[in-house]
Amino acid sequence: MPDKTDSPRSNVTVGSAGIDAETAGTRWPTPQPMETTQIDDWLTIAPDGLVTIFSGKVELGTGVRTALAQVVAEELDVALASVRVVMGDTARTPNEGYTAGSKSVATIWGSARYAAAAARQELLALAAQRLGGAPADLLVADGVVSLRADPQRRVTYGELLAGGRFGRPVSGRAPLKPASAYQLIGASAGRLDLADKFSGAASYVHDLRLPGMLHARVVRPPSPGAILRALDDAALRDIPSAQVVRLGNFVGVVAEREEQAIRAAQALRLTWDVAAPLPAQATLYATLRAQPTTDEVTLERGAVAKALAGAATVVSASYHQPYQAHASLGPSCAVARCEDDGSVSVWCSSQGVFPLRGALADLLELPTERVRLIFMEGSGCYGQNGADDVAADAALLARAVGRPVRMQWSRADEFAWEPKSPAMVMEARGGLDAHGNIVAWEYGVWTPSHANRPRRALDLLAGQLLHDALPPPSGFFFGGQRNAPNDYTIPHARVTVHWLARPPLRVSSMRSLGGAANTFANESLMDELALAAGADPVEFRLRHLDDPRARDVVQAVARTARWDDPLAPSAAANLKVGRGVAFARYENTEAYVAAVAEVAVDVASGAVRVRRVVVAHDCGLIVNPDGVRNQIEGNVLQATSRALKEEVCFDSTHITSLDWQGYPILKFSEVPDVEIVLLNRPDQPPVGAGEPATVVTAPAIANAIANATGARLREIPFTPTRVRAALAGA
Amino acid sequence: MAALVITVNGVRREVAAPAETPLLSVLRDELGLNGPRYGCGLEQCGACLVLRGAEAVASCRLPVGEVADAQITTLEGLGTLDEPHPVQQAFLEEQAAQCGYCSNGMLVAAAALIWRTRRPTDEQICAALDDVLCRCGSHLRIMRAVKRAAALMWEEQA
Ligand code: FES
Ligand code: FES
Repeated sequence: MPDKTDSPRSNVTVGSAGIDAETAGTRWPTPQPMETTQIDDWLTIAPDGLVTIFSGKVELGTGVRTALAQVVAEELDVALASVRVVMGDTARTPNEGYTAGSKSVATIWGSARYAAAAARQELLALAAQRLGGAPADLLVADGVVSLRADPQRRVTYGELLAGGRFGRPVSGRAPLKPASAYQLIGASAGRLDLADKFSGAASYVHDLRLPGMLHARVVRPPSPGAILRALDDAALRDIPSAQVVRLGNFVGVVAEREEQAIRAAQALRLTWDVAAPLPAQATLYATLRAQPTTDEVTLERGAVAKALAGAATVVSASYHQPYQAHASLGPSCAVARCEDDGSVSVWCSSQGVFPLRGALADLLELPTERVRLIFMEGSGCYGQNGADDVAADAALLARAVGRPVRMQWSRADEFAWEPKSPAMVMEARGGLDAHGNIVAWEYGVWTPSHANRPRRALDLLAGQLLHDALPPPSGFFFGGQRNAPNDYTIPHARVTVHWLARPPLRVSSMRSLGGAANTFANESLMDELALAAGADPVEFRLRHLDDPRARDVVQAVARTARWDDPLAPSAAANLKVGRGVAFARYENTEAYVAAVAEVAVDVASGAVRVRRVVVAHDCGLIVNPDGVRNQIEGNVLQATSRALKEEVCFDSTHITSLDWQGYPILKFSEVPDVEIVLLNRPDQPPVGAGEPATVVTAPAIANAIANATGARLREIPFTPTRVRAALAGA
Repeated sequence: MAALVITVNGVRREVAAPAETPLLSVLRDELGLNGPRYGCGLEQCGACLVLRGAEAVASCRLPVGEVADAQITTLEGLGTLDEPHPVQQAFLEEQAAQCGYCSNGMLVAAAALIWRTRRPTDEQICAALDDVLCRCGSHLRIMRAVKRAAALMWEEQA
């Protein structure tokens, strides 16, 4: 809810070990070192003991709010129940870039945790003065400090600060708790937000209702790049309160009631010069493969060409990843209001309110400090959905009509206009020596940049329509390289990323970026090579893995999935069962994850049923085990959906997957059982759990289909039609 | 013409909107409820489910004029934070959500199911919830929560 009572705080930009490469890559001002921030930037303690944490990270449905509260409560020695969290407000919280890339817990580890430790040290110094004695003579529990020798002498954190500020920098030298002393970290804490969500309390930006607020819809062009020639609003006379706003090619309607805005949007008669900018879907991958590229060799080891020429066996294959949609269950929504001083406030569910603020300031032609963004939760986003664009729509309309505006995208708006996860082409070749060991690996991927989050007006749909222009190619490429190198010990290897300047569809970040497609290709080829070597896929992987943490997850998943026990064949003659394994170290530097999928393939219809997925997962120290399990389950189910069903369809002018029939996702009757083995590493820093399991799911399923039927699926999704075609060729 | 009156969570409410207005708009925009959510407006996702009597129905295309004689119950009417309905308690105990945007539909569909089926099997749960979509992949927890809810509801009474 809008909160005008709190005084704005000076914003700080914070750097830390966990900062996301997407943020780094977007060339934000060099992050300020943590040590130069103030404790008060991060947390306050009220006289009654309520701790308020200010975080630049935001809740995307992954439980970051709860993990943050756990970490701060642990380091500060207060109860979880006495903590509340303010997230992503450009007027009140530190700037921690984007909440993305499965990096939030790692970031918090390097930011808020230090602030909490500094606060605790300061509070102990104050308590030592008050109670008499040295800090070492004091005990702390639940925000109450007492004398070890005389526990009756006690004072609360709230009393010590008496409503005041710390007025101290985060030194970075305050002692941090050792892992052995943790009580909250490592224990499963219930999510702080779910009780509200299960009882209908206002929880999302969709639930924000400002006084005098109007409802809005935008009328989009029939194709990207179309130009508006004429606008006839005669039919709007019959719709009470409806008003049209036209700014260049940007057309919006507002009305007192939402259904009036919807009717008005439908009643407008617009004449467009339609472009036909999209390639034929049937030849999409050939089109991508033929585009000019900027090539980047990201790994060069040994002499690949020579090693391949001398190999006893060479296996080559191409793999295809289609455009996929974030397909958030709730279409994007934002509310904007012009303030009396001419500044603009926007409530939205952006993953990066600070970066988006710059883009909106550019769009509105206002100085950055005249734009305030306040994060409120949206429907789970898994990357850049329409959340940033809808904020821009709301801001433009609010300014045009001089009233607060709530902009709710329709289902079709979201499917048609949210940036998509990019289509990619992967070509891989592996060579075996006479003993069946891999001697050479050559890998190429054709991909656009996945990191296209808005920094300027032209990065936003509203800006593109307003100015009738697309952003110039940025020359900044990121995301498609993720997990292109595999994690195996191979003497000769080369990985080349062929960057595409301008993909046919608008694209941006989606869970794991290129990691999913690259791991699909790498782990599929790994299986094809194991087959060529006549080796067991698990043993074959272990043979090429030296890192003990990598070996541990592969062995753990094989053990739990009873890999060595043969599967019972199905009683039904048309059902073939099989099992497949896949492994990756996410980003080659983060969590270790391995999966075994078990499938039943109906060889008559081509339908694939994934029955069970076993995951072994090592993301370092685990802050909240149930939170991590919840994330892994979500990753596996969503990735199963993406592998089996999901592909954005389009014709020459526009996207044609516009509703849940055109873009079906996994349903209850189709979900696999998921069994999870967590390998906790209290001696290792925590790394993200929000994405790793996504990357191994599709290849495990593809490998299981091959194991069941002999048919190799090299194009996602594995639809019945494609499975039947592969069976015919097997 | 007499104003339209509907009964929501046991309270009779006068409605200003015309009779063809979707019930969802009336619940959210006129009555200020948050439980039922907009997901598609196409009766394809279940985010907007409410109970009409004891039956879970999509409210996003249901004209408000058609429910004048019905008892409408929303998520808010199932229970409260202090006195949760068994489905609310069970979903909390199983932590059966990620973003929670689908939770309204899941809880309402689950409440309708366990009202008529005391010990639902996996197949019955799938059948009852199959058209309620979750994009975050919380399905397995939701299925566990529905079973737990049925146990809470009927064993408490036994
Ligand atoms: S909003 Fe009613 S079914 Fe989707
Ligand atoms: S929990 Fe996010 S859609 Fe179900």
